[in-house]
Amino acid sequence: MIKVKLAEDKINKIKEICAFFSNKPGEVINVLHKVQGELGYLPAEVQEVIAKELNMSVATVYGIVTFYSFFTMIPKGEHPISICMGTACYVRGSEKILDEFKRQLNIVVGETTPDGKFSLNCLRCVGACGLAPVVLIGEKVYGRITTDKVKEILAEYN
Amino acid sequence: MAKYKMHLLVCGGTGCSASASAQIVSNLNEELSKQGLNNDVQVILTGCFGFCEKGPIVKVMPDNTFYTEVKPEDAATIVAEHVIKGRKVTRLLYTDPENKERISDSKHMGFYKKQLRIALRNCGFIDPENIDEYVSNEGYAAIAKVLTEMTAEQVIDEVKRSGLRGRGGGGFPTGLKWEIASKNHADQKYVVCNADEGDPGAFMDRSILEGDPHSVIEAMTINGFAIGATKGLIYIRAEYPLAIHRLQVAIGQAREYGLLGKDIFGSGFDFDIELRYGAGAFVCGEETALIHSMEGLRGEPTFKPPFPAQSGYMQKPTNVNNVETYANIPIIILKGADWFSKIGTEKSKGTKVFALAGQINNVGLIEVPMGITLREVIYEIGGGIKNGRAFKAVQTGGPSGGCLTEKHLDTPIDYDNLIAAGSMMGSGGMVVMDDTSCMVSIAKFYLEFTVEESCGKCTPCRIGNKRLSEILDKITKGNGTMADLEALRNLAAVIKDTALCGLGQTSPNPVLSTLDNFGNEYLEHVRDKKCSAGVCKSLMKYVIDAEHCVGCTACARNCPVNAISGEKKMPHVINTELCIKCGACIERCKFNAISIK
Repeated sequence: MIKVKLAEDKINKIKEICAFFSNKPGEVINVLHKVQGELGYLPAEVQEVIAKELNMSVATVYGIVTFYSFFTMIPKGEHPISICMGTACYVRGSEKILDEFKRQLNIVVGETTPDGKFSLNCLRCVGACGLAPVVLIGEKVYGRITTDKVKEILAEYN
Repeated sequence: MAKYKMHLLVCGGTGCSASASAQIVSNLNEELSKQGLNNDVQVILTGCFGFCEKGPIVKVMPDNTFYTEVKPEDAATIVAEHVIKGRKVTRLLYTDPENKERISDSKHMGFYKKQLRIALRNCGFIDPENIDEYVSNEGYAAIAKVLTEMTAEQVIDEVKRSGLRGRGGGGFPTGLKWEIASKNHADQKYVVCNADEGDPGAFMDRSILEGDPHSVIEAMTINGFAIGATKGLIYIRAEYPLAIHRLQVAIGQAREYGLLGKDIFGSGFDFDIELRYGAGAFVCGEETALIHSMEGLRGEPTFKPPFPAQSGYMQKPTNVNNVETYANIPIIILKGADWFSKIGTEKSKGTKVFALAGQINNVGLIEVPMGITLREVIYEIGGGIKNGRAFKAVQTGGPSGGCLTEKHLDTPIDYDNLIAAGSMMGSGGMVVMDDTSCMVSIAKFYLEFTVEESCGKCTPCRIGNKRLSEILDKITKGNGTMADLEALRNLAAVIKDTALCGLGQTSPNPVLSTLDNFGNEYLEHVRDKKCSAGVCKSLMKYVIDAEHCVGCTACARNCPVNAISGEKKMPHVINTELCIKCGACIERCKFNAISIK
């Protein structure tokens, strides 16, 4: 059934995670969190393995993955960039910051640069509104960003 | 906290952590050990102080000295001057923006003067990862009182009489909710803490969980005893890693101390708490959707009744309360309902935590008694509008709320007054806007949010909001007609009446409240094709004023698309065909020669 594009050790890892949650369908969200933490994303093949292990339909798993914005089916870049689009950042000009990132990286929101280095996403409020506008690269928070700082920040990762 | 002579409290909230507060802690510790003072002075990484605008914050106790914008390299000075010589480091003290005086005691700062901290009583005061500090501040005394001296009915009665209402937004009386859950009998009941804080621009619950996780654990245990539940679940956003970590630590410590688990205080009452993670769906803040998400399903709401108190998690009676609501419970039990109900207005008792954000001088987390006016919050606590600009609106209640204007500034804030003014309390986001905010764009911003977050189950929300958002987009692009304004109102009314859950029913509020309060701005966009705030790109044009331009070339050099041309020392010109309206030139021009027309 399963189109094995995934390496054997990855499949085993997924099965291990499912078993950790006793293969219970009710734990599917916890399983998805853990698997995404391991693999970085949740492509169709991974969802098929999880569905089989938890004895659910692939459609149900897919429905859950696409419902929650935290889950992604596209691999993120080595340095995932998230622009905060919470209200506080928005009124302090985060849209301009986003435009500048798009221009510098030449990708749109949700995409990853061809070299796999950066991916660009928006998120809603990281709770650092005092530093608005805020950008996250990986786990690092950059606060009080202006459009001319964007180039400098990206250069840190080159 | 007795054995140390002095405490250095360093803010470990998300904002300050992003500005290297962990580094400040380790530098302070290093300096102290160099001086051999480790046993006399303790450094504590606390929860949020609220004054995020001037973070990172370091507070020295017992003298209450409040240092702002501290850098890791300042650690040596603080230790050498303040700790050893007892001299305050003046340059790090907060400067009063009005009289330019340095203020050393935080009690005298405008930001704190009008605040009353009940839910935030321990935030910025104790080490959230140390249960002993919570205990030494009357922590777990309320659950001890409940389990040894009170009956479940007495607990519910106390909460009812306190007048506490749900702080998540709806404002449902908490005691009544508990009573309903207690009367539904089942072999298993659940207590759920809703920590799926999703309003963009709101971070109250996060700060409580990061700064005082034990208060929520204690309150949930009290709740469990009152309704006869032995299991608690905290549904928390996966995007809050620090809050999750602190909760895990706190739950572990509570179990170790026997404050969670079997036979708490020898009373025969069992209670334990587990965490469940959200995965980024705003609608999961709605209690039925939240329960489905915890069961591992798509977080879609269902029709009420049945209410969760009748059939909730795993079809068992479930009581769902928000983080801030819980944070009020232990102190209500300890100090009594009469004490709590004296604070606030007639129908809204106690305090409310607000996340103050946007174009305001003092961004941060505040807790104020109900009944305070917006003017006091914005001008006295918030320090007024940034850069001395004009106040335009304040948005409360997040995507379900509305925008209030100048005429609402003296309205006392409580649940009912905000609804009467066309907004709502919501969970406590308060975003202040000045004259650079375009209200049509703000409405569009919220609608885009709702469209993205709509679960898609019911048609009014799924399709209706999409249409609203499209009409708003059309207006901001300069293609709106008068008929569109009419359509906005009609459609909004239909969505409000027919959507299934709270998210859908309130989603048109930002549109309606901006139409009511800023109708002229809509007219301006539609009729005159103008956006006077200078936000709607399609409606504006960048122009260089030849009289003011000195030809310094700063704009031309920084234009990302080379749309500006001109000889050195001669007035420059913008080619509007090429211009992408990014605003880089305006930011660079030192002569105010560029304007938006």
